[in-house]
This record gives sequence, C-alpha cells and structure tokens, in this order.
Amino acid sequence: MSDKPKIGIYWCSSCGGCEEAIIDLNEGILDVVAAVDIMFWPVAMDFKYDDVRKMKDGELLASFINGGVRLSEQEDIVKLLRQKSQLIFAFGSCAHMGGIPGLANMNDRESIFKRVYIEMESNDNPDNTVPQTESLVNGKYKAELPEFYNSVYPLDQIIEVDYYIPGCAPQPQTILDAFTAILEGKLPEKGSVLAPSKSLCDTCPRKETKPDKLTIDIFRRPHLYDKLDDGKCFLEAGIICMGPATRSGCGERCINANMPCRGCYGPPDGVKDQGLSMMSALASIIKPDEEKDIQSVLESLPDSIIPFYMYGLPSSIMFRKKMEKE
Amino acid sequence: MTEKGFEPKIAAFICNWCSYGGADIAGSKRLQYSPNVKLIRVMCSGRVDPQFIMEALRDGADGVMILGCHPGDCHYIEGNYRTMKRHGMLKLLLKQLNIEEDRVILDWVSASEGEKFAKVVDKMNARITELGPLNWDKVVSRT
Ligand code: FES
Repeated sequence: MSDKPKIGIYWCSSCGGCEEAIIDLNEGILDVVAAVDIMFWPVAMDFKYDDVRKMKDGELLASFINGGVRLSEQEDIVKLLRQKSQLIFAFGSCAHMGGIPGLANMNDRESIFKRVYIEMESNDNPDNTVPQTESLVNGKYKAELPEFYNSVYPLDQIIEVDYYIPGCAPQPQTILDAFTAILEGKLPEKGSVLAPSKSLCDTCPRKETKPDKLTIDIFRRPHLYDKLDDGKCFLEAGIICMGPATRSGCGERCINANMPCRGCYGPPDGVKDQGLSMMSALASIIKPDEEKDIQSVLESLPDSIIPFYMYGLPSSIMFRKKMEKE
Repeated sequence: MTEKGFEPKIAAFICNWCSYGGADIAGSKRLQYSPNVKLIRVMCSGRVDPQFIMEALRDGADGVMILGCHPGDCHYIEGNYRTMKRHGMLKLLLKQLNIEEDRVILDWVSASEGEKFAKVVDKMNARITELGPLNWDKVVSRT
C-alpha cells in the first residue's frame, strides 16, 4: 500500500451531478489520482461499507460528501466517515445547504409517501403500500429499508463539517483549488466555504449595465421575458437574479447563458439566510412608496420559495414549512 | 387551539426616534399594557433585518412587532418605507411556510402616542394568545 494520502467520496441525497463534476476535471483528475489513493467511492468503484468500518480512525485524510441527509443509511455512513476522516468536505450545494432536494422540506414524509406511492397517476398499488423499515417477504424473509426522515438535512446538521465546496455542481476550478489547498496544506480557517466571499454582482459580466439607482416596479419571470439576452442587468428588468445574495466563484455560468443566478454557491460569509438577505435587498429597490402601489408590485411575485430558496431551504433560518398537523 | 395558561412571548423592535418615545410616554403616564412584550430598541425600523424576525420566531418568540415612525416622519427619511416593503415580502414567505401572517406586524407609533403604543401592544398580545404558541422547535425536531 502506498503512503499517498487517502480519500473517500460519498453521495447522499443528490443527483449524481457532483460525481460528474469530479469526472469533469478531465485530465485534471489524473493529477488528483496521482496524488491520492481513493479508498471509497461507491458510485465509481467497488468498495463495501465494511471496508470503511475496518479502517483506523482518522485513516482517511479527507472525505468529500455530496448530497443532503434524508435517509438513516446516509446518516450512518456520514457518521462513520466522520470518524474515519481527518477532514470532512461538504461537496456541492446539497451537502452545503440542502440543495434542490431540500425543497422537499415544503412537505413531510407523510405527504411525500402519499403523493408518490398512493396518488401518483401511473401507480399500480392497490394495497396502498408505502415503504416500511422492516417487512416480511414471502412470510419468512426479513427485508430492511433505511428510514426515510421527515426532512432533508444539510450535512453540517448531522456531522461536523470542516470545509464547504459550494456549487450545483461545483465548478472544476473550485474543486481543483480545494484539492490543491489540501495537498499543499494551505487550507483556510476551519468552517470556510472554499470560494470567494464577494457577491456574484461584483464579478458579473453584466455589472456595467446596472443603473446607479436600481429600481423595479414589477417582477417578471424569466420564461415570460423575451429580452434575457440583451446583456443588461436582470434585476433592472424585474427578473429575480440572486447575484446580490450569492457568493462568486462559479464562473458566471448561468449569466453567460443568459439566465439569472439562482444562488447555488450560497450566501457570502456572514449572511445567515440567503433568501431573506435577497428579499431584503429586493425590497429596498422596489420603486413606489404608496402602500397600495407596493402591494401591486408584490402581487407580481407569486412565490417566495423557488426564487429565494432554490438551494437553501434546509439551511435557512426556518429550515422547513410547518405542516398542518403540527 | 389556545393552550391553558399560555403567555405569549412577543419581541418588539421599536425605533429610537418615535416608537421608543411612545413607549416612554406610556411608561411615564403609567399606562397599563401587556408585560410579555420584550422591547428591543433599534435606531430605525429600517434597521430590522428580516433575519432578526425569523430568528426570533425560530428561537421561541410567538410573535414579532416592528414599530416605527409614521410614513413621512422617519428620522432617516425613508427607513420605514423600506420596512413596509420588506414586511410585505416577508408576509408571502410566512404564508408559504404556514406561519400565520398576524404573528409579524408592522405599525406606526409616534413619540407622543403613548396610548397608541399601549393599544397596539395589547392588541398584538390578544391576537397571539388567540393563535397560541408557535413552538418552532417542535416543527424542526427530528422525531
Ligand atoms: S427612525 Fe423611526 S422609522 Fe426610521
């Protein structure tokens, strides 16, 4: 066995895009593989949980975990990896903030099971069976399934996280910078998000077009607006662009594709709630001052979850919606 | 759904230049008002970041009041207009998270309106008593 540092990669409640992002390092991945031994990566290589259980505590220099935690199995494995790893990196928006799967915190287990297993038009489930943690197959074999939690949790609500690699998915450069920092021992203060804390507006290619006094008198939805490609600041047109409340470092991929920022890199340092910070910024540029006119501007904004919490509902101050029964 | 003996916990952010004066007058006039309102003095209602409001609700407040100068009277000219806009936006979020809108109110109290101060506080207290506890820790609990 070589004496190269050992790393682990694991996925929880995520789409696989983060693994894809690692592959997207292209030839950069060869440098990574030359520098470290990958000891655990269920998506790409054949390892068993037992291989990890047999490791010494702290044997892995680092584990990169993507996805939020939704199942008991995920909780067990990330706790195991915490024990076996010197450093834990929350990799990607879902591990960092809950991500898009975290929007499920607008529902709970009961409502999700009901919709998915009972009501769904394409289902054939006459007994209304929903997943059980334990059941008997053919009357004699015990089958077990992980428990499906009521909510989705960002990684740091389950285990201690040392660093965050933001993004949906993280940009190759963000990943390479993180790897370099680890291997060269140049990691910043524990708890840091490994991307610049400047807001995206600061690095936005459209920033020159932002008027000195930005005001809006209507909110527009991007798919109903036909001038997305005019190169002008989206906010000026009343399109919600999360730039003011989002950290930079993503390479402005969405902006360059003529789409507003949806906030996947998360808030800059010091902001506790990305959505509220964005709402607060937007409120201060709403133009009219009369109560009824303000009201009519606000009526053009039908939703506050998707525009402001696309990636961060579980890491927001309120964490989830309150369900009727509570 | 009022629980027996429920005493609401209400956080009130009140602006230094008007509403705090109003509270002061209420005090010096010895007006009675509900004691379960915790006053937090801020320089302007415009200083009340929505994060303060949501943190208060998450951490145990059953209701939050923001009291500022009447429109047009803000010491910093337009602080209270911003508050009005933020509050309007916040109401949508509260609704979507299934938190009753009345748990967060915005009202105007000038430095001479001791009676009004006592009145809005009592009204808020009555409404929150009616709504019952928010108990956000139960909502987020894992079990
Ligand atoms: S100073 Fe009172 S609301 Fe601004």
